[in-house]
Amino acid sequence: MHGLGPVFRRELAGYFVTPVAYVFIVIFLILTGIFTFELGNFFERNQSDLRAFFDFHPWLYLFLIPAVSMRLWAEERKTGTLELLMTLPVSRAAAVAGKFLAAWAFTGVALVLTFPVWITVNYLGRPDNGAIFFGYIGSLLMAGGFLAIGACISACTKSQVIAFILTVVVCFLFLLAGFSPVTNFLQGWAPPIIVDTIQSFSFLTRFDSIAKGVIDARDMVFFASLIVVCLFINGVVLESKKS
Amino acid sequence: MQTFIELKQLTKWFGSPNSGGIKAVDSISFKVETGEVLGFLGPNGAGKSTTMKMVTGFLAPTSGSATVCGHDVQAEPLAVKKRIGYLPEGAPAYMDMTPEAFLEFCAQVRGLKGEAKKQAIKKAVDRTHIGGVLRQPVETLSKGFKRRVGLAQAILHEPDVLIMDEPTDGLDPNQKHEVRLLIREMAKAHAEGKGGRAVVLSTHILEEVEAVCSRVVLIARGRIVADCTPAEFMSKSRYHNAVTLALIPPPGVMIFEELKRIPSVESVEDNGTNKTADGTQVRCTVIARHGKAIAHEVSHLVKAKGWQVDMMRVEAGRLDDVFRELTTSSR
Ligand SMILES: Nc1ncnc2c1ncn2[C@@H]1O[C@H](COP(=O)(O)OP(=O)(O)OP(=O)(O)O)[C@@H](O)[C@H]1O
Ligand SMILES: [Mg+2]
Repeated sequence: MHGLGPVFRRELAGYFVTPVAYVFIVIFLILTGIFTFELGNFFERNQSDLRAFFDFHPWLYLFLIPAVSMRLWAEERKTGTLELLMTLPVSRAAAVAGKFLAAWAFTGVALVLTFPVWITVNYLGRPDNGAIFFGYIGSLLMAGGFLAIGACISACTKSQVIAFILTVVVCFLFLLAGFSPVTNFLQGWAPPIIVDTIQSFSFLTRFDSIAKGVIDARDMVFFASLIVVCLFINGVVLESKKS
Repeated sequence: MQTFIELKQLTKWFGSPNSGGIKAVDSISFKVETGEVLGFLGPNGAGKSTTMKMVTGFLAPTSGSATVCGHDVQAEPLAVKKRIGYLPEGAPAYMDMTPEAFLEFCAQVRGLKGEAKKQAIKKAVDRTHIGGVLRQPVETLSKGFKRRVGLAQAILHEPDVLIMDEPTDGLDPNQKHEVRLLIREMAKAHAEGKGGRAVVLSTHILEEVEAVCSRVVLIARGRIVADCTPAEFMSKSRYHNAVTLALIPPPGVMIFEELKRIPSVESVEDNGTNKTADGTQVRCTVIARHGKAIAHEVSHLVKAKGWQVDMMRVEAGRLDDVFRELTTSSR
Protein backbone atom coordinates (compact mmCIF):
# COMPACT_ATOMS: atom_id res chain seq x y z
CA MET A 1 0.00 0.00 0.00
CA HIS A 2 2.78 2.40 -0.90
CA GLY A 3 1.49 5.96 -1.25
CA LEU A 4 -1.98 5.42 0.25
CA GLY A 5 -1.74 8.38 2.63
CA PRO A 6 -0.73 11.06 0.11
CA VAL A 7 -3.29 9.86 -2.45
CA PHE A 8 -6.04 9.90 0.16
CA ARG A 9 -5.15 13.38 1.37
CA ARG A 10 -4.81 14.78 -2.12
CA GLU A 11 -8.16 13.40 -3.19
CA LEU A 12 -9.99 14.56 -0.09
CA ALA A 13 -8.50 18.05 -0.33
CA GLY A 14 -9.50 18.01 -4.00
CA TYR A 15 -13.18 17.98 -3.05
CA PHE A 16 -12.84 21.12 -1.05
CA VAL A 17 -10.73 23.28 -3.37
CA THR A 18 -13.48 23.19 -5.98
CA PRO A 19 -17.15 24.04 -5.41
CA VAL A 20 -18.03 20.35 -5.88
CA ALA A 21 -17.97 19.61 -2.17
CA TYR A 22 -20.08 22.55 -1.14
CA VAL A 23 -22.65 22.06 -3.87
CA PHE A 24 -22.90 18.39 -3.07
CA ILE A 25 -23.23 18.87 0.67
CA VAL A 26 -25.79 21.65 0.40
CA ILE A 27 -27.93 19.67 -2.05
CA PHE A 28 -27.61 16.58 0.08
CA LEU A 29 -28.74 18.43 3.18
CA ILE A 30 -31.61 20.21 1.44
CA LEU A 31 -32.88 16.99 -0.10
CA THR A 32 -32.63 15.02 3.14
CA GLY A 33 -34.53 17.85 4.79
CA ILE A 34 -37.27 17.85 2.19
CA PHE A 35 -37.56 14.08 2.11
CA THR A 36 -37.56 13.68 5.86
CA PHE A 37 -39.81 16.49 6.92
CA GLU A 38 -42.12 16.89 3.94
CA LEU A 39 -42.40 13.58 2.11
CA GLY A 40 -41.55 11.38 5.07
CA ASN A 41 -44.16 12.93 7.36
CA PHE A 42 -41.58 13.07 10.12
CA PHE A 43 -43.84 15.01 12.48
CA GLU A 44 -47.15 13.39 11.56
CA ARG A 45 -45.79 9.93 12.27
CA ASN A 46 -45.45 10.95 15.86
CA GLN A 47 -42.70 8.47 16.53
CA SER A 48 -39.32 9.34 17.88
CA ASP A 49 -37.11 7.53 15.40
CA LEU A 50 -35.39 8.37 12.11
CA ARG A 51 -37.15 5.94 9.79
CA ALA A 52 -38.50 8.80 7.74
CA PHE A 53 -34.92 10.08 7.41
CA PHE A 54 -33.18 6.83 6.53
CA ASP A 55 -35.88 5.47 4.22
CA PHE A 56 -34.98 7.96 1.54
CA HIS A 57 -31.24 7.47 1.64
CA PRO A 58 -31.09 4.74 -1.00
CA TRP A 59 -32.95 6.95 -3.49
CA LEU A 60 -30.93 10.00 -2.64
CA TYR A 61 -27.70 8.09 -3.07
CA LEU A 62 -28.89 6.72 -6.39
CA PHE A 63 -28.30 10.14 -7.98
CA LEU A 64 -25.87 11.86 -5.68
CA ILE A 65 -23.23 9.15 -5.28
CA PRO A 66 -22.67 8.63 -9.02
CA ALA A 67 -22.10 12.38 -9.23
CA VAL A 68 -19.22 11.93 -6.80
CA SER A 69 -17.82 8.71 -8.23
CA MET A 70 -18.00 9.61 -11.92
CA ARG A 71 -14.89 11.77 -11.85
CA LEU A 72 -12.70 9.41 -9.81
CA TRP A 73 -10.89 7.79 -12.74
CA ALA A 74 -12.58 9.20 -15.84
CA GLU A 75 -11.14 12.64 -15.16
CA GLU A 76 -7.62 11.25 -14.69
CA ARG A 77 -7.92 9.42 -17.98
CA LYS A 78 -9.19 12.48 -19.78
CA THR A 79 -6.52 14.88 -18.52
CA GLY A 80 -3.66 12.39 -18.77
CA THR A 81 -2.85 12.52 -15.07
CA LEU A 82 -3.48 8.78 -14.95
CA GLU A 83 -0.09 8.34 -16.62
CA LEU A 84 1.46 10.55 -13.98
CA LEU A 85 -0.22 8.75 -11.09
CA MET A 86 0.63 5.31 -12.44
CA THR A 87 4.30 6.19 -12.92
CA LEU A 88 4.72 7.66 -9.44
CA PRO A 89 5.77 5.11 -6.83
CA VAL A 90 2.17 4.44 -5.81
CA SER A 91 0.99 0.84 -5.84
CA ARG A 92 -2.17 0.19 -7.77
CA ALA A 93 -3.95 -1.02 -4.64
CA ALA A 94 -3.01 2.20 -2.85
CA ALA A 95 -4.28 4.37 -5.69
CA VAL A 96 -7.59 2.50 -5.85
CA ALA A 97 -8.06 2.41 -2.09
CA GLY A 98 -6.90 6.00 -1.55
CA LYS A 99 -9.35 7.40 -4.05
CA PHE A 100 -12.21 5.28 -2.76
CA LEU A 101 -11.55 6.07 0.89
CA ALA A 102 -11.37 9.80 0.18
CA ALA A 103 -14.70 9.72 -1.65
CA TRP A 104 -16.16 7.65 1.15
CA ALA A 105 -14.85 9.98 3.82
CA PHE A 106 -16.34 12.87 1.88
CA THR A 107 -19.82 11.30 1.83
CA GLY A 108 -19.27 10.52 5.51
CA VAL A 109 -18.80 14.23 6.13
CA ALA A 110 -22.03 15.00 4.29
CA LEU A 111 -23.80 12.34 6.35
CA VAL A 112 -22.45 13.65 9.65
CA LEU A 113 -23.69 17.12 8.74
CA THR A 114 -27.25 15.81 8.93
CA PHE A 115 -26.87 15.81 12.72
CA PRO A 116 -29.54 18.52 13.19
CA VAL A 117 -32.10 15.86 12.28
CA TRP A 118 -30.77 13.71 15.10
CA ILE A 119 -30.86 16.66 17.50
CA THR A 120 -34.45 17.39 16.50
CA VAL A 121 -35.63 13.87 17.19
CA ASN A 122 -33.85 13.84 20.54
CA TYR A 123 -35.40 17.17 21.42
CA LEU A 124 -38.89 15.95 20.56
CA GLY A 125 -38.77 12.55 22.18
CA ARG A 126 -36.71 9.66 23.49
CA PRO A 127 -35.44 7.78 20.46
CA ASP A 128 -33.35 4.63 20.53
CA ASN A 129 -30.00 6.26 19.85
CA GLY A 130 -28.30 2.90 19.41
CA ALA A 131 -30.62 2.10 16.53
CA ILE A 132 -29.99 5.54 15.04
CA PHE A 133 -26.25 5.00 15.31
CA PHE A 134 -26.48 1.75 13.41
CA GLY A 135 -28.77 3.44 10.93
CA TYR A 136 -25.95 5.85 10.21
CA ILE A 137 -23.42 3.03 9.97
CA GLY A 138 -25.72 1.17 7.59
CA SER A 139 -26.23 4.28 5.49
CA LEU A 140 -22.48 4.85 5.30
CA LEU A 141 -21.90 1.24 4.26
CA MET A 142 -24.53 1.51 1.57
CA ALA A 143 -22.94 4.73 0.33
CA GLY A 144 -19.65 2.81 0.19
CA GLY A 145 -21.30 0.13 -1.93
CA PHE A 146 -22.64 2.71 -4.37
CA LEU A 147 -19.26 4.45 -4.47
CA ALA A 148 -17.32 1.28 -5.12
CA ILE A 149 -19.62 0.41 -8.02
CA GLY A 150 -19.21 3.95 -9.33
CA ALA A 151 -15.42 3.92 -8.98
CA CYS A 152 -15.22 0.68 -10.89
CA ILE A 153 -17.35 2.06 -13.73
CA SER A 154 -15.45 5.34 -13.77
CA ALA A 155 -12.23 3.40 -14.35
CA CYS A 156 -13.66 2.00 -17.58
CA THR A 157 -14.21 5.28 -19.42
CA LYS A 158 -12.84 8.71 -20.22
CA SER A 159 -16.26 10.28 -20.13
CA GLN A 160 -17.72 11.39 -16.84
CA VAL A 161 -21.18 11.54 -18.37
CA ILE A 162 -21.04 7.90 -19.41
CA ALA A 163 -19.69 6.96 -15.99
CA PHE A 164 -22.55 8.81 -14.31
CA ILE A 165 -25.31 7.26 -16.38
CA LEU A 166 -23.95 3.72 -16.20
CA THR A 167 -23.48 3.99 -12.46
CA VAL A 168 -27.04 5.20 -11.95
CA VAL A 169 -28.34 2.30 -14.04
CA VAL A 170 -26.28 -0.35 -12.24
CA CYS A 171 -27.09 1.03 -8.81
CA PHE A 172 -30.75 1.21 -9.79
CA LEU A 173 -30.65 -2.52 -10.58
CA PHE A 174 -29.13 -3.22 -7.18
CA LEU A 175 -31.91 -1.20 -5.56
CA LEU A 176 -34.69 -2.74 -7.62
CA ALA A 177 -33.57 -6.25 -6.78
CA GLY A 178 -35.49 -5.93 -3.53
CA PHE A 179 -38.26 -3.56 -4.52
CA SER A 180 -41.53 -5.34 -3.78
CA PRO A 181 -43.20 -4.92 -7.21
CA VAL A 182 -40.12 -6.46 -8.80
CA THR A 183 -39.99 -9.27 -6.27
CA ASN A 184 -43.68 -9.98 -6.80
CA PHE A 185 -43.20 -10.01 -10.53
CA LEU A 186 -40.27 -12.40 -10.24
CA GLN A 187 -42.08 -14.70 -7.85
CA GLY A 188 -44.72 -15.22 -10.51
CA TRP A 189 -42.45 -17.35 -12.68
CA ALA A 190 -38.87 -17.65 -11.44
CA PRO A 191 -37.80 -20.53 -9.20
CA PRO A 192 -37.46 -19.49 -5.54
CA ILE A 193 -33.71 -19.93 -5.50
CA ILE A 194 -33.28 -17.30 -8.20
CA VAL A 195 -35.68 -14.93 -6.52
CA ASP A 196 -33.77 -15.36 -3.26
CA THR A 197 -30.40 -14.82 -4.90
CA ILE A 198 -31.55 -11.68 -6.64
CA GLN A 199 -33.16 -10.45 -3.49
CA SER A 200 -30.00 -11.08 -1.52
CA PHE A 201 -28.26 -8.50 -3.68
CA SER A 202 -30.82 -5.90 -2.88
CA PHE A 203 -29.56 -2.76 -1.25
CA LEU A 204 -33.09 -1.91 -0.20
CA THR A 205 -33.79 -5.08 1.79
CA ARG A 206 -30.38 -5.02 3.44
CA PHE A 207 -30.52 -1.37 4.29
CA ASP A 208 -34.10 -1.58 5.46
CA SER A 209 -33.28 -3.97 8.25
CA ILE A 210 -30.22 -1.98 9.30
CA ALA A 211 -32.25 1.23 9.32
CA LYS A 212 -34.81 -0.45 11.55
CA GLY A 213 -32.01 -1.03 14.00
CA VAL A 214 -31.79 -4.76 13.28
CA ILE A 215 -28.12 -5.56 13.27
CA ASP A 216 -27.37 -8.55 11.13
CA ALA A 217 -23.71 -9.28 10.51
CA ARG A 218 -24.66 -10.69 7.12
CA ASP A 219 -25.87 -7.29 5.92
CA MET A 220 -22.65 -5.67 7.02
CA VAL A 221 -20.60 -8.41 5.40
CA PHE A 222 -22.61 -8.01 2.21
CA PHE A 223 -21.75 -4.35 1.83
CA ALA A 224 -18.17 -4.84 2.91
CA SER A 225 -17.59 -7.64 0.43
CA LEU A 226 -19.36 -5.73 -2.33
CA ILE A 227 -16.92 -2.88 -1.76
CA VAL A 228 -13.91 -5.18 -1.77
CA VAL A 229 -14.99 -7.00 -4.92
CA CYS A 230 -15.75 -3.76 -6.79
CA LEU A 231 -12.41 -2.23 -5.83
CA PHE A 232 -10.61 -5.37 -6.87
CA ILE A 233 -12.29 -5.19 -10.28
CA ASN A 234 -11.41 -1.49 -10.36
CA GLY A 235 -7.74 -2.42 -10.00
CA VAL A 236 -7.93 -5.07 -12.69
CA VAL A 237 -9.63 -2.66 -15.10
CA LEU A 238 -6.90 -0.09 -14.51
CA GLU A 239 -4.18 -2.59 -15.19
CA SER A 240 -5.72 -3.91 -18.36
CA LYS A 241 -6.98 -0.68 -19.86
CA LYS A 242 -4.42 2.03 -19.51
CA SER A 243 -4.77 4.14 -22.58
CA MET B 1 30.16 2.47 -16.03
CA GLN B 2 26.79 1.62 -14.64
CA THR B 3 23.92 0.64 -16.89
CA PHE B 4 20.84 2.63 -15.93
CA ILE B 5 18.40 1.53 -18.59
CA GLU B 6 18.45 -1.57 -20.68
CA LEU B 7 15.84 -2.40 -23.31
CA LYS B 8 15.79 -5.88 -24.79
CA GLN B 9 13.72 -6.53 -27.90
CA LEU B 10 11.02 -4.25 -26.56
CA THR B 11 7.87 -4.55 -28.66
CA LYS B 12 4.41 -3.06 -28.36
CA TRP B 13 1.30 -3.87 -30.34
CA PHE B 14 -1.83 -1.79 -30.06
CA GLY B 15 -4.63 -4.14 -30.97
CA SER B 16 -4.04 -7.68 -32.05
CA PRO B 17 -1.28 -8.51 -34.57
CA ASN B 18 -3.62 -10.52 -36.81
CA SER B 19 -6.53 -8.09 -36.98
CA GLY B 20 -5.42 -4.64 -38.00
CA GLY B 21 -3.34 -3.82 -34.94
CA ILE B 22 -0.51 -1.29 -34.93
CA LYS B 23 3.05 -2.29 -34.13
CA ALA B 24 4.03 0.92 -32.41
CA VAL B 25 7.40 -0.32 -31.14
CA ASP B 26 9.31 -3.05 -32.91
CA SER B 27 12.11 -4.96 -31.12
CA ILE B 28 13.96 -1.98 -29.74
CA SER B 29 17.15 -2.74 -27.81
CA PHE B 30 19.64 -0.32 -26.32
CA LYS B 31 21.45 0.54 -23.10
CA VAL B 32 21.87 3.89 -21.40
CA GLU B 33 24.82 4.35 -19.08
CA THR B 34 26.08 6.79 -16.44
CA GLY B 35 26.22 10.39 -17.51
CA GLU B 36 24.64 9.79 -20.87
CA VAL B 37 22.04 12.16 -22.26
CA LEU B 38 20.18 10.21 -24.86
CA GLY B 39 18.19 12.13 -27.44
CA PHE B 40 15.32 10.04 -28.66
CA LEU B 41 14.32 11.18 -32.12
CA GLY B 42 11.80 10.11 -34.69
CA PRO B 43 8.97 11.42 -36.83
CA ASN B 44 5.45 11.75 -35.42
CA GLY B 45 4.03 8.37 -34.56
CA ALA B 46 7.42 6.65 -34.60
CA GLY B 47 6.84 5.16 -31.16
CA LYS B 48 8.93 7.43 -28.93
CA SER B 49 6.24 8.10 -26.37
CA THR B 50 5.13 4.49 -26.40
CA THR B 51 8.68 3.33 -25.66
CA MET B 52 8.98 5.80 -22.80
CA LYS B 53 5.65 4.66 -21.38
CA MET B 54 6.95 1.10 -21.30
CA VAL B 55 10.22 2.09 -19.63
CA THR B 56 8.36 4.02 -16.94
CA GLY B 57 5.97 1.15 -16.32
CA PHE B 58 2.79 2.80 -17.54
CA LEU B 59 2.29 0.42 -20.46
CA ALA B 60 3.18 -3.25 -20.42
CA PRO B 61 5.25 -4.40 -23.41
CA THR B 62 3.75 -7.02 -25.70
CA SER B 63 7.11 -8.76 -25.63
CA GLY B 64 10.67 -8.04 -24.63
CA SER B 65 11.77 -6.37 -21.44
CA ALA B 66 12.92 -3.10 -19.95
CA THR B 67 15.28 -2.91 -16.97
CA VAL B 68 15.94 0.23 -14.93
CA CYS B 69 18.81 0.26 -12.44
CA GLY B 70 18.85 -3.51 -12.50
CA HIS B 71 15.14 -3.87 -11.76
CA ASP B 72 12.80 -5.36 -14.31
CA VAL B 73 9.98 -2.88 -14.95
CA GLN B 74 7.28 -5.53 -15.03
CA ALA B 75 8.53 -7.59 -12.08
CA GLU B 76 9.43 -4.76 -9.70
CA PRO B 77 7.45 -1.72 -10.81
CA LEU B 78 7.69 0.10 -7.50
CA ALA B 79 11.47 -0.14 -7.26
CA VAL B 80 11.70 1.21 -10.81
CA LYS B 81 9.23 4.05 -10.28
CA LYS B 82 11.12 5.22 -7.20
CA ARG B 83 14.26 5.72 -9.28
CA ILE B 84 12.66 7.42 -12.25
CA GLY B 85 11.67 11.02 -12.73
CA TYR B 86 9.24 11.17 -15.63
CA LEU B 87 7.75 14.02 -17.58
CA PRO B 88 4.95 12.48 -19.66
CA GLU B 89 4.02 13.89 -23.06
CA GLY B 90 2.00 17.08 -22.64
CA ALA B 91 3.14 17.42 -19.00
CA PRO B 92 -0.12 16.43 -17.33
CA ALA B 93 -0.77 17.85 -13.86
CA TYR B 94 -3.81 18.03 -11.61
CA MET B 95 -5.62 21.07 -12.92
CA ASP B 96 -7.41 22.13 -9.76
CA MET B 97 -4.27 22.03 -7.61
CA THR B 98 -1.74 24.78 -7.17
CA PRO B 99 1.87 23.96 -8.15
CA GLU B 100 2.70 24.18 -4.47
CA ALA B 101 0.14 21.55 -3.46
CA PHE B 102 1.03 19.43 -6.48
CA LEU B 103 4.74 19.35 -5.65
CA GLU B 104 3.90 18.69 -2.02
CA PHE B 105 1.85 15.68 -3.12
CA CYS B 106 4.63 14.37 -5.35
CA ALA B 107 7.19 14.82 -2.59
CA GLN B 108 5.01 12.91 -0.15
CA VAL B 109 4.51 10.08 -2.60
CA ARG B 110 8.28 10.01 -3.10
CA GLY B 111 8.62 9.49 0.64
CA LEU B 112 10.27 12.85 1.33
CA LYS B 113 9.62 14.30 4.77
CA GLY B 114 10.18 17.39 6.87
CA GLU B 115 13.20 19.51 6.06
CA ALA B 116 14.38 17.27 3.22
CA LYS B 117 10.99 17.69 1.54
CA LYS B 118 11.07 21.46 1.93
CA GLN B 119 14.57 21.64 0.49
CA ALA B 120 13.72 19.37 -2.43
CA ILE B 121 10.64 21.41 -3.35
CA LYS B 122 12.53 24.67 -3.03
CA LYS B 123 15.34 23.42 -5.22
CA ALA B 124 13.00 22.16 -7.92
CA VAL B 125 11.03 25.41 -7.84
CA ASP B 126 14.21 27.47 -8.19
CA ARG B 127 15.57 25.34 -11.00
CA THR B 128 12.38 25.64 -13.04
CA HIS B 129 11.63 29.27 -12.09
CA ILE B 130 8.05 28.73 -11.00
CA GLY B 131 8.37 30.61 -7.72
CA GLY B 132 6.00 33.31 -8.97
CA VAL B 133 3.06 31.04 -9.72
CA LEU B 134 3.14 28.64 -6.78
CA ARG B 135 -0.29 29.67 -5.50
CA GLN B 136 -2.08 29.82 -8.83
CA PRO B 137 -4.21 26.80 -9.90
CA VAL B 138 -2.43 24.83 -12.61
CA GLU B 139 -5.39 25.18 -15.00
CA THR B 140 -4.86 28.94 -15.15
CA LEU B 141 -1.15 28.69 -15.96
CA SER B 142 0.22 29.29 -19.43
CA LYS B 143 1.39 26.30 -21.42
CA GLY B 144 5.06 26.95 -20.72
CA PHE B 145 4.51 27.26 -17.00
CA LYS B 146 2.48 24.04 -16.97
CA ARG B 147 5.44 22.32 -18.56
CA ARG B 148 7.80 23.79 -16.00
CA VAL B 149 5.57 22.47 -13.21
CA GLY B 150 5.80 19.05 -14.86
CA LEU B 151 9.58 19.39 -15.03
CA ALA B 152 9.76 20.39 -11.38
CA GLN B 153 7.82 17.26 -10.51
CA ALA B 154 10.20 15.10 -12.53
CA ILE B 155 13.42 16.39 -10.96
CA LEU B 156 12.03 16.82 -7.45
CA HIS B 157 13.64 13.73 -5.93
CA GLU B 158 16.95 13.90 -7.83
CA PRO B 159 16.14 10.72 -9.73
CA ASP B 160 18.79 8.32 -11.01
CA VAL B 161 17.01 8.15 -14.31
CA LEU B 162 15.31 11.15 -15.83
CA ILE B 163 12.92 10.52 -18.69
CA MET B 164 11.34 13.46 -20.46
CA ASP B 165 8.93 13.41 -23.37
CA GLU B 166 9.39 16.66 -25.30
CA PRO B 167 10.54 18.72 -22.31
CA THR B 168 11.03 22.00 -24.16
CA ASP B 169 7.87 21.93 -26.25
CA GLY B 170 6.05 25.21 -25.69
CA LEU B 171 8.84 26.95 -23.79
CA ASP B 172 10.14 30.39 -24.68
CA PRO B 173 13.76 30.67 -25.91
CA ASN B 174 15.01 31.73 -22.48
CA GLN B 175 13.37 28.79 -20.82
CA LYS B 176 14.59 26.40 -23.50
CA HIS B 177 18.07 27.58 -22.70
CA GLU B 178 17.46 27.16 -18.96
CA VAL B 179 16.07 23.67 -19.44
CA ARG B 180 19.07 22.66 -21.52
CA LEU B 181 21.39 23.91 -18.82
CA LEU B 182 19.32 22.01 -16.29
CA ILE B 183 19.53 18.81 -18.29
CA ARG B 184 23.30 19.10 -18.61
CA GLU B 185 23.64 19.81 -14.94
CA MET B 186 21.41 16.86 -14.04
CA ALA B 187 23.42 14.54 -16.26
CA LYS B 188 26.80 15.33 -14.82
CA ALA B 189 25.70 15.57 -11.22
CA HIS B 190 28.20 13.35 -9.52
CA ALA B 191 27.89 15.59 -6.52
CA GLU B 192 26.01 14.87 -3.31
CA GLY B 193 27.39 11.37 -3.13
CA LYS B 194 25.33 10.37 -6.15
CA GLY B 195 26.89 8.22 -8.81
CA GLY B 196 25.62 10.30 -11.69
CA ARG B 197 22.52 9.60 -13.63
CA ALA B 198 21.12 8.96 -17.07
CA VAL B 199 18.80 11.22 -18.99
CA VAL B 200 16.54 10.26 -21.87
CA LEU B 201 14.63 12.92 -23.71
CA SER B 202 12.57 12.96 -26.84
CA THR B 203 12.43 16.05 -28.96
CA HIS B 204 11.62 17.42 -32.37
CA ILE B 205 14.04 20.31 -31.95
CA LEU B 206 17.24 19.11 -33.53
CA GLU B 207 19.47 21.90 -32.23
CA GLU B 208 18.61 20.59 -28.81
CA VAL B 209 20.30 17.34 -29.68
CA GLU B 210 23.47 19.19 -30.59
CA ALA B 211 23.20 21.31 -27.49
CA VAL B 212 22.70 18.67 -24.81
CA CYS B 213 22.78 15.09 -26.03
CA SER B 214 25.75 12.77 -25.87
CA ARG B 215 23.97 10.20 -27.93
CA VAL B 216 21.22 10.00 -30.51
CA VAL B 217 18.77 7.16 -31.05
CA LEU B 218 16.62 7.71 -34.09
CA ILE B 219 13.57 5.54 -34.62
CA ALA B 220 11.14 5.32 -37.50
CA ARG B 221 8.02 3.18 -37.59
CA GLY B 222 9.00 1.59 -34.29
CA ARG B 223 12.49 0.52 -35.33
CA ILE B 224 15.91 1.94 -34.55
CA VAL B 225 17.49 3.43 -37.67
CA ALA B 226 20.46 5.16 -36.06
CA ASP B 227 22.24 4.93 -32.70
CA CYS B 228 25.37 7.08 -32.46
CA THR B 229 26.84 10.33 -31.13
CA PRO B 230 25.50 13.63 -32.48
CA ALA B 231 28.82 14.14 -34.31
CA GLU B 232 28.59 10.77 -36.01
CA PHE B 233 24.99 11.49 -36.77
CA MET B 234 25.91 14.74 -38.45
CA SER B 235 28.73 13.12 -40.37
CA LYS B 236 26.11 11.10 -42.20
CA SER B 237 24.90 14.35 -43.71
CA ARG B 238 25.77 15.23 -47.28
CA TYR B 239 26.69 18.60 -45.84
CA HIS B 240 29.33 17.08 -43.59
CA ASN B 241 32.58 18.99 -44.24
CA ALA B 242 30.88 21.11 -46.88
CA VAL B 243 32.24 24.64 -47.23
CA THR B 244 29.90 27.60 -47.40
CA LEU B 245 31.37 30.62 -49.16
CA ALA B 246 30.45 34.21 -49.78
CA LEU B 247 32.81 35.86 -52.22
CA ILE B 248 33.07 38.53 -54.85
CA PRO B 249 34.72 37.09 -57.97
CA PRO B 250 36.10 39.27 -60.73
CA PRO B 251 33.55 39.75 -63.51
CA GLY B 252 33.26 36.91 -66.00
CA VAL B 253 34.77 34.17 -63.80
CA MET B 254 32.73 30.96 -63.56
CA ILE B 255 33.52 30.22 -59.94
CA PHE B 256 31.20 27.21 -59.70
CA GLU B 257 33.03 25.54 -62.57
CA GLU B 258 36.39 26.32 -60.97
CA LEU B 259 35.28 24.90 -57.61
CA LYS B 260 33.89 21.74 -59.19
CA ARG B 261 37.27 21.07 -60.68
CA ILE B 262 38.65 20.20 -57.24
CA PRO B 263 38.72 16.37 -57.24
CA SER B 264 36.99 15.75 -53.91
CA VAL B 265 34.16 18.18 -54.56
CA GLU B 266 30.86 16.51 -55.29
CA SER B 267 28.84 19.54 -56.34
CA VAL B 268 28.25 23.20 -55.67
CA GLU B 269 24.96 24.55 -54.39
CA ASP B 270 24.02 28.05 -55.45
CA ASN B 271 22.73 30.11 -52.52
CA GLY B 272 21.98 33.22 -54.56
CA THR B 273 23.69 36.56 -54.99
CA ASN B 274 23.82 39.73 -53.00
CA LYS B 275 24.54 43.26 -54.24
CA THR B 276 27.21 45.00 -52.18
CA ALA B 277 29.28 48.16 -52.57
CA ASP B 278 32.24 46.12 -53.88
CA GLY B 279 30.25 44.28 -56.52
CA THR B 280 28.04 41.20 -56.75
CA GLN B 281 28.57 38.80 -53.90
CA VAL B 282 28.04 35.15 -54.79
CA ARG B 283 27.08 32.67 -52.09
CA CYS B 284 27.39 28.94 -52.43
CA THR B 285 27.92 25.71 -50.55
CA VAL B 286 30.62 23.40 -51.82
CA ILE B 287 29.65 19.84 -51.03
CA ALA B 288 32.38 17.31 -50.34
CA ARG B 289 32.45 13.91 -51.96
CA HIS B 290 31.81 11.22 -49.24
CA GLY B 291 32.25 13.84 -46.54
CA LYS B 292 35.98 14.29 -47.17
CA ALA B 293 37.70 17.33 -45.70
CA ILE B 294 37.87 19.88 -48.51
CA ALA B 295 38.32 23.13 -46.63
CA HIS B 296 42.03 23.20 -47.32
CA GLU B 297 41.67 22.68 -51.05
CA VAL B 298 38.90 25.23 -51.35
CA SER B 299 40.84 27.92 -49.48
CA HIS B 300 43.89 27.12 -51.56
CA LEU B 301 41.98 27.63 -54.79
CA VAL B 302 40.39 30.85 -53.56
CA LYS B 303 43.76 32.23 -52.56
CA ALA B 304 45.44 31.17 -55.79
CA LYS B 305 42.74 32.87 -57.84
CA GLY B 306 42.78 35.96 -55.64
CA TRP B 307 39.01 36.07 -55.11
CA GLN B 308 37.75 38.38 -52.41
CA VAL B 309 36.28 36.20 -49.64
CA ASP B 310 33.67 37.75 -47.36
CA MET B 311 32.85 34.57 -45.46
CA MET B 312 33.98 30.99 -45.35
CA ARG B 313 32.57 28.32 -43.05
CA VAL B 314 33.04 24.57 -42.76
CA GLU B 315 29.76 22.76 -42.12
CA ALA B 316 29.54 19.96 -39.57
CA GLY B 317 26.45 18.58 -41.20
CA ARG B 318 22.77 19.29 -41.03
CA LEU B 319 20.75 17.25 -38.58
CA ASP B 320 17.40 17.76 -40.26
CA ASP B 321 18.92 16.56 -43.48
CA VAL B 322 20.11 13.28 -41.92
CA PHE B 323 16.86 12.97 -40.06
CA ARG B 324 14.87 13.23 -43.28
CA GLU B 325 17.19 10.92 -45.14
CA LEU B 326 17.07 8.16 -42.53
CA THR B 327 13.38 8.31 -41.74
CA THR B 328 12.00 8.50 -45.26
CA SER B 329 14.32 6.30 -47.32
CA SER B 330 13.91 2.82 -45.82
CA ARG B 331 10.31 2.08 -46.66
N1 LIG C 1 -3.45 3.99 -27.01
C1 LIG C 1 -3.18 3.75 -28.27
N2 LIG C 1 -3.99 2.97 -29.01
C2 LIG C 1 -3.71 2.70 -30.29
N3 LIG C 1 -2.64 3.16 -30.93
C3 LIG C 1 -1.79 3.94 -30.27
C4 LIG C 1 -2.01 4.28 -28.90
N4 LIG C 1 -1.00 5.07 -28.51
C5 LIG C 1 -0.19 5.23 -29.56
N5 LIG C 1 -0.66 4.55 -30.62
C6 LIG C 1 -0.03 4.46 -31.95
O1 LIG C 1 1.31 4.06 -31.78
C7 LIG C 1 2.16 4.74 -32.67
C8 LIG C 1 3.28 5.41 -31.92
O2 LIG C 1 2.77 6.46 -31.14
P1 LIG C 1 3.67 7.35 -30.19
O3 LIG C 1 2.76 8.22 -29.41
O4 LIG C 1 4.59 6.48 -29.44
O5 LIG C 1 4.48 8.22 -31.25
P2 LIG C 1 5.57 9.34 -30.98
O6 LIG C 1 6.83 8.85 -31.57
O7 LIG C 1 5.59 9.73 -29.56
O8 LIG C 1 5.01 10.52 -31.88
P3 LIG C 1 4.99 12.11 -31.61
O9 LIG C 1 6.26 12.63 -32.14
O10 LIG C 1 3.85 12.57 -32.46
O11 LIG C 1 4.78 12.33 -30.17
C9 LIG C 1 1.27 5.69 -33.47
O12 LIG C 1 0.97 5.09 -34.69
C10 LIG C 1 0.03 5.80 -32.62
O13 LIG C 1 -1.09 6.03 -33.42
MG1 LIG D 1 5.20 11.43 -28.52
